[in-house]
Amino acid sequence: MEFFAAAFAMAYQFGDAFAFLVISCAGLAIIFGMMGIINLAHGEFIMCGAYVTASTARMGLPLPLAILCGALVAGIVGMLVERIVIRHLYQRPLDSIIATWGISLIATQGVLIVLGSTMQGIGTPLGSIEVGDRSYSAYRLVLMAAAVALLIGLYFLFYHTRFGVIARATIQRPQMAQALGVDTRRVYGLTFGLGAALAGLAGGLYAPTMTMVPTMGATFIVESFVTVVVGGADIFVGAAPAAVILAAIRASLTAWYGQLFGQIGLLIAVIVVIRVMPGGLSAWIKGTRQ
Amino acid sequence: MDRPDTPHTDEPLVAETQMERRSALAIWISRLEGPQTMGRGPVFWATAALVVLAAILYPLFSNPFAVGNSAYFMVWTFMAMGLGVVWGYTGALSFGQTAFFGLAGYAYGVLTINFGAAYGFTWIALAISVALGGLFAMLIGYFMFYGRIKGVFVGIVTLSVTLVLETFMAQTAGPQWRIGEARLNGFNGMSGMPPLTIPWPGDAIVLYPGVGLYYVLLAMVVLCYLGLRMLLNAPFGNVLVAIRENPERAEMLGYDTRAYQMLSFALGGALAGLSGALYTAWGQYITPSSMGLTAAALPIVWVAVGGRRDITATLLGTLAVLFAFQSLTVYGSQYALIVMGALLLFTVLLTPDGLIATAMRWLGRTFGGAKR
Repeated sequence: MEFFAAAFAMAYQFGDAFAFLVISCAGLAIIFGMMGIINLAHGEFIMCGAYVTASTARMGLPLPLAILCGALVAGIVGMLVERIVIRHLYQRPLDSIIATWGISLIATQGVLIVLGSTMQGIGTPLGSIEVGDRSYSAYRLVLMAAAVALLIGLYFLFYHTRFGVIARATIQRPQMAQALGVDTRRVYGLTFGLGAALAGLAGGLYAPTMTMVPTMGATFIVESFVTVVVGGADIFVGAAPAAVILAAIRASLTAWYGQLFGQIGLLIAVIVVIRVMPGGLSAWIKGTRQ
Repeated sequence: MDRPDTPHTDEPLVAETQMERRSALAIWISRLEGPQTMGRGPVFWATAALVVLAAILYPLFSNPFAVGNSAYFMVWTFMAMGLGVVWGYTGALSFGQTAFFGLAGYAYGVLTINFGAAYGFTWIALAISVALGGLFAMLIGYFMFYGRIKGVFVGIVTLSVTLVLETFMAQTAGPQWRIGEARLNGFNGMSGMPPLTIPWPGDAIVLYPGVGLYYVLLAMVVLCYLGLRMLLNAPFGNVLVAIRENPERAEMLGYDTRAYQMLSFALGGALAGLSGALYTAWGQYITPSSMGLTAAALPIVWVAVGGRRDITATLLGTLAVLFAFQSLTVYGSQYALIVMGALLLFTVLLTPDGLIATAMRWLGRTFGGAKR
C-alpha cells in the first residue's frame, strides 16, 4: 500500500505535467506546424478562453458548456485576428511574431483597463480523492483524460475528415492545393481559428484551477513554447512525445527539488535538444523512419 | 615597396609599421561611412555635429530633473543598438535581450555592494557586468547557432531564457539567497548599490542622476554609435548583412556563419548588459520584472518602430519612442502600453522598415544625394 501510494503520487505528478503541456501547447503547435507562424498572442487567447468560461459559468451555465463557450469565443477572435492582421504577414514570418506580440500587449493591457486587475474565479469542481494518506484533486484527473482525448480528437480531425485532408494538403503543397481548387486562404483562416480555439479550450479547462488575472496567459507561455520547440513542426509525432519527455523531466525535478528546478530543467532540456536535434523530435523521428 | 631583403638597421621597418598603423586608423575612420549605414557627406555629419552640440548645451537650458530623465533615456539606447545589430543586421530576432540586461544589472549590484565604490571599482564592476552579459549571450548563441536554430526559434529560445531568469530571480526572497553582502530580495529586487563613481584627487565624483551622469552617458552613446558604424561597415558587418540576406550563400562563400552569428549575438548581449549595469547604477535598484514579458517587449518596439536595419534609425527611434512612452505614462502606464502595442502593429503592417528609417530615406531623396 505504501508503495502504491508513492507510485500514484509520482504518476499523478507526471500526468498533471503531461496534461498541462499537451493542453497548453496544442493551439500553438497547430498554428506553428500548419502555418509556420509563432503566435505570441497564444497566452492571450488562453486568457480570453478562461475569462469567458469563468463569466459564463458564474452566470449559471454548466462548466463543460462554459468551457466550450470559452473555446468558441477564442476561436472567433482568432479568426478575426487572422483576417485583419496575420493574413498580410504570411510572407514575413518574423514580422508575424512581432505583430502577434503587439496584439498580446494590447489584449493584456486592454483587459486590465476594462475588467480590472483581477476577476472572481470559479472554484475547482469535483472535490478530491484520497490515495494513501494524501488527497488529490479529482479535477486534475479529468484534465489528464482531457489531454488524451484532445490528442485523439485532433488525430481524428486531421486524418479522418475532409477538413483534415485539405488542411494537410495545403500545408504540404500550397500551390498544388490551390490549383486543385482549395481556397487556401480560407484554410489558413480556419486553421488559425482552430489554434486559437484550442488555446481558449486550454484556458477554459484550467480556469477553475487558477486565479483570473490579465497576465495569466504568461504562465502558460514558457511551457507551451518549450514543448513546441522540443517537438518541432508536427503535433502528433512531435509535440505529444515531447510532452511525455518534458513531463517526466519536470515531474521528477519538481518532486525532488521544487517548482523552480522543474522549470529550469525544462529550459536546459530545450537547449540540449536544439543542439542535438535542430528540427525537434518530429524531424528526428521522421528522419530515423526513412 | 622596395624593402631590402635583409634589413641592417631597424629603421625601415619602424617607419613602415608607423605608416601601416596610420593607414589602419584611416581605414577605420573611412568606415564611418559605408554601404551598411545611412547618412554620408558633409551635410549629414554637420547635422550630426549640431545634434550633439545641442545635446551638450541642453543642460544649460533645462532643470536637473529633465536632464536626469534624458540620461535615463540614453541608458536604454545601448540595448536597442545591440538588438539592432542582432536583429536588423544579422537577421536573428532575439526576444531575450532583457536576460542579458538583467544579468548584468544584478552583477553590477552584487559586485558594488560587496566591494564598495572606492578606487573607481564601480567602473571595473561595470566592465565585469558587461563582459558577463556578453559571455552569457555567447553561450546561448553557441547553443542556438551551432545547433542551426534559425528564424522564429531564436525568438522562442531567447524569450524562454529571459522568462525563466525572471522566475528564478523572483523566488530569491529568503535570506539564504545572498551573494556575499548582497541580498537578492526576490520579487522586490535589489537596491542600495552605489552609483558610478569617478575617483578624483580630493573628493570622488559620484554620478547621481543629473548633469554629470548625463555627460558621461552622452559621451558613451556617441562613442558606441560611431564604433558600431565603423564595425558595421567593416568586413565583419558586411558578412553579418550577407548572412541576413542569404545564409546559404554566405556559407558557400566560405564564411563560418555560425561563428559570425554567435559573435554578433554576443555583441548584442554585451550592449544589453551595458544598458543593464548602467540602469542599475542610474536608479540604484534592479528588479526581476526588468526581465519579464513586458520589459522584453519594449526593446522590440523601439527597434521595430525606429527601423532595425540602420543603426542611426534605431538610435533615433529608441529615443523618440522612449520619450513618447514616458509622455503617455502620465496618463497611466496601461494606456501607454496599449499605444505601444498598436504602434508595433501598425509599423509592422504599414512601414515594415520602421518609421524613422522610412522618414530618413524620404529626407535623403528629397534633399538629393546628401543623405542616402
